[in-house]
Amino acid sequence: MEKEKEILIDIEDLWVKFSTDDGVVKAVNGISLKLEKGETFGLVGETGAGKTTLAKAIMSLIPTPPGEITKGKINFKGEDLLKCSDHRIREIRGNDISMIFQDPMTSLNPVMRVGEQIKEVIEIHNPKMSETELHEKVVEMLRLVGISEDRINEFPHQFSGGMKQRVIIAIALACNPLLLIADEPTTALDVTIQAQVLDMIKKLKQKLNTSMLLITHDLGVVVQNCDKVAIVYAGEIVETGNLREIFKNPLHPYTRGLFDSIPSLTKDTRRLKPIEGLMPDPTNLPEGCNFCPRCKFAKEECKTKNPAFVHKEGEHYVKCFLYEEGK
Amino acid sequence: MRKKKSTQRSVWAETWRRLKKDKMAVAGLIFIGLLVVIAFSTMFIDIATNKAVYNDYVIKQNLRMRLQGPSPDHVFGLDEFGRDILLRMLWGTRYSLFMGTFAIVFSVIVGSLLGAVSGFYGKVADNVIMRFMDVLLAIPSMLLATAIVAALGTSLTNVLLAISISYIPTFARTVRASVLTIKDQEYIEAARALGAGDGRIIFRYIIPNSLAPLIVQATLGVAGAILSIAGLSFLGLGIQPPTPEWGSMLSNARTYIREGWHVTVIPGLGIMLTILALNILGDGLRDALDPRLKN
Repeated sequence: MEKEKEILIDIEDLWVKFSTDDGVVKAVNGISLKLEKGETFGLVGETGAGKTTLAKAIMSLIPTPPGEITKGKINFKGEDLLKCSDHRIREIRGNDISMIFQDPMTSLNPVMRVGEQIKEVIEIHNPKMSETELHEKVVEMLRLVGISEDRINEFPHQFSGGMKQRVIIAIALACNPLLLIADEPTTALDVTIQAQVLDMIKKLKQKLNTSMLLITHDLGVVVQNCDKVAIVYAGEIVETGNLREIFKNPLHPYTRGLFDSIPSLTKDTRRLKPIEGLMPDPTNLPEGCNFCPRCKFAKEECKTKNPAFVHKEGEHYVKCFLYEEGK
Repeated sequence: MRKKKSTQRSVWAETWRRLKKDKMAVAGLIFIGLLVVIAFSTMFIDIATNKAVYNDYVIKQNLRMRLQGPSPDHVFGLDEFGRDILLRMLWGTRYSLFMGTFAIVFSVIVGSLLGAVSGFYGKVADNVIMRFMDVLLAIPSMLLATAIVAALGTSLTNVLLAISISYIPTFARTVRASVLTIKDQEYIEAARALGAGDGRIIFRYIIPNSLAPLIVQATLGVAGAILSIAGLSFLGLGIQPPTPEWGSMLSNARTYIREGWHVTVIPGLGIMLTILALNILGDGLRDALDPRLKN
């Protein structure tokens, strides 16, 4: 019945660990996700949950050593990115998959003009393009992100944070990538600029028909932008589904806790309800369910066994024992 | 290829524009430029006259006129052997200036290579190189140079070698430090994320970003090297008389300081002004090379 959707990237059971002096940090523990063409996928989780590591794994940017992808596959257009040669990866980066980094202040080369930096990515992936074509493309990209053409020769320090993020977006989109990974693109910006930047990403994404993996810890950002959501906790996806399923019917105790900790606009709340406790130490994860030590509904089996995904409805999956027998 | 050239030029044009605003630095630059012109023209005169001027005026002694003070004929006066100090100063420019520069160029190349290797590859390479540099640093540079010259014998090349070696650790440290900080910058990762290869990252990101401290360090290093050369000559380990090197002029003149003030003051002033000019220029360059500092 449903029309066949094209899967753009398919991550299967990805495990990433970092070997440090303090022990082995298990950053990503068996994450699987599928992203369809043109779709925006939100990845939500606390700091240190492994969201950025996942993004870097897709880009093959995990520093090895100390990092290591121990298991898994990342299928992108029929290719396993983890098995690609360095050369092939460089072709893919920036051209097919590009990334927007968290902090616009530090993601631009301070001694290179912004025009040059946009030009560079186009030049790397289109070595045959002539100088005039390159220039035209740069101007077009600047216009697309709403920066006046005559600022092309300025240095990054002459731009404000929001403007820098626009330049970074222009760089990321310059080669019409199929997938855009936005790693907390608005965290370093103030609220008004956040709205502008997100709005722009959304418009450009539609215009260029790019898929997006949006990493954030802001549920508001997710509601406005995403089609599908996955909640990440301690390197695992604990709940995933489309936007409506997750927001109307959060199931996992952690997801519920996240929603409970948002202040309500309508109700007069004196205190927020935080989730008790802290994220487990990634070098020393609990034996059973990772959320067990903080979970109000924890049972005996949670302490020893790691729950499997339970299918609820549509695309809604939850990784919790609570829903196993009730189904 | 064409593109690279034009960007480079524009970056240097930008630096020049900013440097021009700094009057002191421009004065320093003019002074150094003047010294370069003097050094080259005296070399040219030597070649053109087959060292006739050098033999007849610069090193020819005239003991009847010794220690004569400044006069219209001899603006800076005459030294203890009756030689014209002005001419000796002019002919001596090349030693101070070029030897200082050569020594620093050599140590910049070796030092930044070592620094880059240890910064990039880290671990064992870093430890071996930097501990060796630490050993060199632990010995006062003047003492090290003295020891090298004393061991290898006094000659122009040995003096150069000695000065170069004693400056290598400074540059190795400077480059290593900047490579280390730049290597972990987010924009390096961003560059990787847009598909840049190692070569591009090194030449377009790491080197341009670490150049500023290196250039400043090198300019200041030239001043230091000139001082070291003069110092070595002063101790009698550098350039031997009758070659008119500023340091050895100063050294030889110190016995006659009571009979003729100008004999010591003139070479001393020469050294001082050159070093001052280089230091001011170095400071100016540091400001001008950093696009983050001002417009």
